[in-house]
Amino acid sequence: MTQETISTDVVIIGAGPCGLFAVFELGLLDMKCHLIDILDRSGGQCAELYPEKPIYDIPGLPVVSGQELTDRLMEQAAPFKPEFHYNEMVEELEKLPDGRWRVKTDGGLVFEAKVIVIAAGGGSFQPKKPPIPGIEAYEGKSVFYAVKRMETFRGKNILISGGGDSALDWTINLQPVAASMQLIHRRDGFRAAPDSVKKMHALVDEKKMQFHLGQITALHGDNGQLEGVTVKGNDGNDFQLECDTLLPFFGLTMKLGPIANWGLNLHENLIPVDTEKFQTNVPGIFAIGDINTYPGKLKLILSGFHEAALMAQAAFRHANPDAKLTFQYTTSSTSLQKKLGVA
Amino acid sequence: MRIVLVDQKGVEQALEAAEGWRVMEIIRDYGFPIVAECGGACACGTCQVEVDPEWTTKLHPPRDDEVDMLDRNFGGDWSRLSCQLIMTPALDGLRLRIADVALREAA
Ligand SMILES: Cc1cc2nc3c(=O)[nH]c(=O)nc-3n(C[C@H](O)[C@H](O)[C@H](O)COP(=O)(O)OP(=O)(O)OC[C@H]3O[C@@H](n4cnc5c(N)ncnc54)[C@H](O)[C@@H]3O)c2cc1C
Ligand code: FES
Repeated sequence: MTQETISTDVVIIGAGPCGLFAVFELGLLDMKCHLIDILDRSGGQCAELYPEKPIYDIPGLPVVSGQELTDRLMEQAAPFKPEFHYNEMVEELEKLPDGRWRVKTDGGLVFEAKVIVIAAGGGSFQPKKPPIPGIEAYEGKSVFYAVKRMETFRGKNILISGGGDSALDWTINLQPVAASMQLIHRRDGFRAAPDSVKKMHALVDEKKMQFHLGQITALHGDNGQLEGVTVKGNDGNDFQLECDTLLPFFGLTMKLGPIANWGLNLHENLIPVDTEKFQTNVPGIFAIGDINTYPGKLKLILSGFHEAALMAQAAFRHANPDAKLTFQYTTSSTSLQKKLGVA
Repeated sequence: MRIVLVDQKGVEQALEAAEGWRVMEIIRDYGFPIVAECGGACACGTCQVEVDPEWTTKLHPPRDDEVDMLDRNFGGDWSRLSCQLIMTPALDGLRLRIADVALREAA
């Protein structure tokens, strides 16, 4: 499938709190942003790891939850009409002959931008893989970490592993299309909507599926085609389950991912930057937030906000070498207030 | 007060522990490659340890949020999150090893 190339001033890789605030700072300087994130929503760690936990060290907000901070940052960025591309992993970054950058995602999106801002935090969120020996050989053939199309699983003998909402939701949703359905979890307690737990137990009572206690310790099959698994039961004894499809749902974890292949200097999986421009070793590519490192770096949201403000000035100069940049306050500048839609 | 850390090869090392500290912090301060991504907020599960079976009953039972995190990080019978274990004199001598899922990959 060929996609139209999206041309813009700035591509921001990562829509966590620092990427979101960068939209605001760049917007004040008339730079238009597209953001790309592998998650299905903005907020990065705040939204994925601790939406309900309180944060106490955002200046001016004595207490704010991870989700609330995300919502406020979205509201603050809105006047600049950022465009979000979710469920997309940035795979490739290459320089064009005219000095701009081309960005490609795993979903086939192509962007061309004057400036790249890497706000990738601890890396891209990816599914946690159970530590079962040899599981790689089955991945993509009979072991899947996500359901893209339900039809793929019609008529399959499915085993789902996990105890959260994804595990239960997919157990309930795939049960009607599957030839057989089994769920395995290490205890008889779930971190999921009580209603889903009830539905699952009802299916078990109606003998439409089975629920097992224990943990998978080995996979059996040929050429990536699963035939069964060995389970260590909670009484310490092993038992076997037959299945041709395994869906492990254990949440997400952050992995550096494709960033390692873009020719940037890396230091222990972080990108070194200077503290004037927050630029990487490659001019035109900036890095802010948890992904960067410099002497004295603190992985705090507050630091990322500061980095975004200084980076924006440098990014503007990079994109518009001949333009004049005057320093203005949002409180007193009519031109800034017009951009914010309040004047 | 000490904790005894057994590494992946079975080598033991006694770590000096201060009362009130999280076991995760003690391990991290010694420079062992424990991930502990969320810094002790019980939000990542990457500070998982395997506690010597003899010690498990002497620990306070895990709270719900710790059990949830262990669920999502392949916890076994002796697994605990070291950021949820607070040092007290009663834990002097606690033996444990860092779980494989909590080990930082050599970059
Ligand atoms: C439990 C917990 C509590 C915390 N409490 C505080 C606190 O009280 N105060 C504080 O200041 N900080 C706190 N932090 C730290 C804070 O959340 C981080 O500093 C902040 O989230 C960093 O923001 P970021 O925008 O740099 O990156 P992130 O929030 O990590 O977002 C990066 C985003 O980039 C995406 N991404 C990366 N690579 C790619 C790619 N190749 N393609 C597509 N998408 C990609 C990721 O999927 C992710 O969504 C806490 C963190 C945790 C886990
Ligand atoms: S450090 Fe994250 S759960 Fe313990």
